Amino acid sequence: MSTQAQSFARQRRLSDLIVNLALLILVLIWTIPTIGLLVSSFRTRFDIQTSGWWWVFPHREWTTVEEIQPGDDLDRDGVMEFAGVSGTFEELRAGIATPDGLRVTWVGNKRLGVVRVQENRWTMRTDFTLENYGQVLAGKTYEIQTAGGETKTVQGDDFTGAFLNSLTVSVPATVIPILIAAFAAYGFAWMNFPGRKFLFTMVVALMVVPLQIALVPILRDYVSLDLNGTFLAVWLAHTGFGLPLATYLLFNYIRGLPRDILESAFIDGASHFTIFTRLILPLSVPALASFAIFQFLWVWNDYLVALVFIGAKPDVQVLTMRIAEMVGSRGSDWHLLTAGAFISMLLPLIVFFSLQRFFVRGLLAGSVKG
Amino acid sequence: MQSTTDYQVKTSGFLDWIALIIGRVLISLIVPVTTFGVLIIGFRWLRDTIPTGTAEKTAVSVVAIVWGVGGAAILYVVSNWLIEQLNTKWVRRLQPFIFIGPAVAILLWYLALPTFRTFRNSLYNREGPLAVTFSTLFSAPGDFFGQLFTNFIGFDNYVAVFAENTMRVAFRNNLLWIIFGATLAVVFGLMVAVLADRSRFENAAKSLIFLPMAISMVGAGVIWNFIYEVKDIADPQIGLLNAIWVGLGQEPQAWTALIKEPWNNVFLIIIMIWLQTGYAMVIFSAAIKGIPEELMEASRVDGANEVQIFFRIMIPYIMGTIITVGTTIVIFTLKIFDIVMVMTGGQFSTQVIATQFYREAFTSNNRGSASAIAIVLLITVVPVMIYNLRQFAEEEAF
Repeated sequence: MSTQAQSFARQRRLSDLIVNLALLILVLIWTIPTIGLLVSSFRTRFDIQTSGWWWVFPHREWTTVEEIQPGDDLDRDGVMEFAGVSGTFEELRAGIATPDGLRVTWVGNKRLGVVRVQENRWTMRTDFTLENYGQVLAGKTYEIQTAGGETKTVQGDDFTGAFLNSLTVSVPATVIPILIAAFAAYGFAWMNFPGRKFLFTMVVALMVVPLQIALVPILRDYVSLDLNGTFLAVWLAHTGFGLPLATYLLFNYIRGLPRDILESAFIDGASHFTIFTRLILPLSVPALASFAIFQFLWVWNDYLVALVFIGAKPDVQVLTMRIAEMVGSRGSDWHLLTAGAFISMLLPLIVFFSLQRFFVRGLLAGSVKG
Repeated sequence: MQSTTDYQVKTSGFLDWIALIIGRVLISLIVPVTTFGVLIIGFRWLRDTIPTGTAEKTAVSVVAIVWGVGGAAILYVVSNWLIEQLNTKWVRRLQPFIFIGPAVAILLWYLALPTFRTFRNSLYNREGPLAVTFSTLFSAPGDFFGQLFTNFIGFDNYVAVFAENTMRVAFRNNLLWIIFGATLAVVFGLMVAVLADRSRFENAAKSLIFLPMAISMVGAGVIWNFIYEVKDIADPQIGLLNAIWVGLGQEPQAWTALIKEPWNNVFLIIIMIWLQTGYAMVIFSAAIKGIPEELMEASRVDGANEVQIFFRIMIPYIMGTIITVGTTIVIFTLKIFDIVMVMTGGQFSTQVIATQFYREAFTSNNRGSASAIAIVLLITVVPVMIYNLRQFAEEEAF
C-alpha cells in the first residue's frame, strides 16, 4: 500500500516536472523576441550592427591577444610563419589553429592586412548606453563611420512629437466612443422608442464588418469636409470602428443591472439623464474600464487608420507610422529603431500590466470585433 | 375695482408668459449656438496651429484632448437640456434619440452607408461614379441615366480581382494565414491554458505569454527583425534564427524575403501566432476553469488517463469556446495588414487581401478595384455575421 502511494507520489512529481518544463520552454520562446529588443535598445550602434544581442550574455568568442604587423619584405604569395604556425595567405585568411588552442588569422587584404593571434575566451559585451534613447527622444545628432572611413554627423529622430500625437489621438479616441456607446447602451436597454430592435440588430450586424469597407468613402468625405489630417478625423474614425463592439458589450452589462434601482429613482422624480449620469455610469465602471483598456491598446497600436487619415501630414504622425517609416527609410539605423519601438511599447505595457484583470474581463465579455 | 386688478393680473400674466416663452426660445437658441461656436473655433484653432518645440506641442495636445473629450460630453448635456425644456410628453418621445442618436448617426456614416457606397464604387472603373443631379431625372432623363452610367463597368472589377495573378496569390496567402496562423494560435493557446492550469507558476506564465497582446504589430515587426535578419556568411549573424541556422552548418537565409515562396509567408505568420496566442489562452483558461471538477474526478476514477481526459472531456466541454475564439482569430487574420506591410511591404509574394486593397486604393488610386476587394473581404465574414445575428435572436434580449 505504502509503495503504491510512493509510486503515485513519484509519478505526480514527474508529471509536475514535465508540465513546468513544457511551460517554461513555451514561455521562453514567447519572451525571447521581446528581450532581444529590450537588450538591443541599450547597445551601441556599432555593437547592434556587428554582433547578436545575445552576446551580452557570457559566451565564447575569439578575442585578439596579439596583433602582428607583417613585415614589408615578407613574401606574401608563399608560405608565411606567424606565432609558431605557417601557411599560405588563403590558409591564414581562413584561420589556422595553433597546438596550444589559439587561432592565427589574417585580417584585411593581402597588402595592408594584419595578423591576429586570437584566443577562444569566455566574454560578454556589456557596453550599455542610453544614447539611443537620447537620439530618438531629443533628436540629438550622432556620428557614424561611413564605409570610406570618414565620420558623418547625422540627425537623430524626434519621437517626442510622435509620442504626443499618439497620446492626443488615443485618449479622446478611447473616451468618445465609450461615452457615445454608454448613452446608446442605456437607451437600448432601458428606454422605449420605435425602431429599437431594428437599430440594435444593425449594431450586432456591424460588429464584424471589416473597416476596409469604409476607408475609401470616408476619406472622400474627409477631403470634401477639409477634415483630413486633423485629430477630429482620426477620433471619429476610431469611434465609428469601435462603436459596435462597445455598444454591444455595454448593453449586455447595463441590461444586467437590477431594474428596481431604476424604478425607485424614477419614483423619486429623476430624469433618464440624471439616472444615467449619477447612477448607471458609476455602476458600470468595471465594464467601462475593461472596454477602455481594450480600445486604448487598439487605438495606440493602430497603423492602418492613422496611415489613411493622417498619412499626408508629417507633424501629426503617430508612433506606429513613425516606426514603420523608419523601417522603410532608415532600415540600417537599428539603434534608433530599437529605442523607438520600445518607447512605443512602454505606455501600453504599463496600462496592460497595471490593469490586466480588467482587460481580461473585457476580452471574456466580448468575442468578435470587426 | 376687483375686476380691474383681475384684468391687470391676467394681462401681466400673459405678458410674463410671452416674455418667458421668448426668453426660453432665446436661451434655447443662444446656448447651443454658443456651444457650437466655441467648439468650431476650437476645431479651427487646432487644425491651423502648427506647434514648434516640445512645450508648445504638449500644450496643443492637452488642449486637443480637453476639446475632444469635453466637446463630446458638452454636446450631450446641451442637447439633453434643450429637450428637457419641452413638456413631459415630448421629453419621453425625444429623449431616447438624444441617447442613441449620436451612436446611430456615427454607425450609419462610418459603417452602414460605406458598405453600400463601396459596393456602388466597385461597379465603376477607377474614376468612380459621377455625382448625379437628381433634378434632371424628369427634365432630361437621358442626361440623368447618362450621368448614372458614366464609368459603369458592371462586375468587371470582380472578374479582374479573381483573374489577376497577384490577387490569386493574395487569396492563397490569406488561406495560409488562416490554416497555419489561426490554427496554431488556437492550438498553442489551448496548450498553454492546459499546462498553466496545472502549474504553480500559472499567473507568471500567463502574463508573459499574454504580453505580446499589448505590442503593436508594427513594433512586433521590429522585434522580429532581430530574429529574421540576415548577414553575409562571413560576418557574425545578428538575427537569432540565422545564428542558430549557421551554427548548424547551414547557409544564412533571408527568411521573409528570398527563400522559396510560399514558405516565406510562414515566417510572417509566426509573428501573428506570437501575438494572438495570448488572447486564445486567456479565453481558454477561463473556459477550462469552468469545467466541473467532479466530471474530471469521475473519469479519473473510471481509469481514464490525462490524455483521454483532455480529448474526451475537456475538448468537448469547451468546444463552443474553441469555435468562438477560432472565429475571432480567423476574422483577425482575414484583415491582417500591419505585419506584412512592415516586414516585406507585400513584396516577394507575401501580399494579402488587405495589403492589395491598400495598394489599389491609395497607391494605384483605383477606387473601383479597391472597392471590389473590400466587398470580397466583407462577403467572407458574412457567415459570421449571420451566426451572430442568430445567436442574438435566440437570446431574446428584446
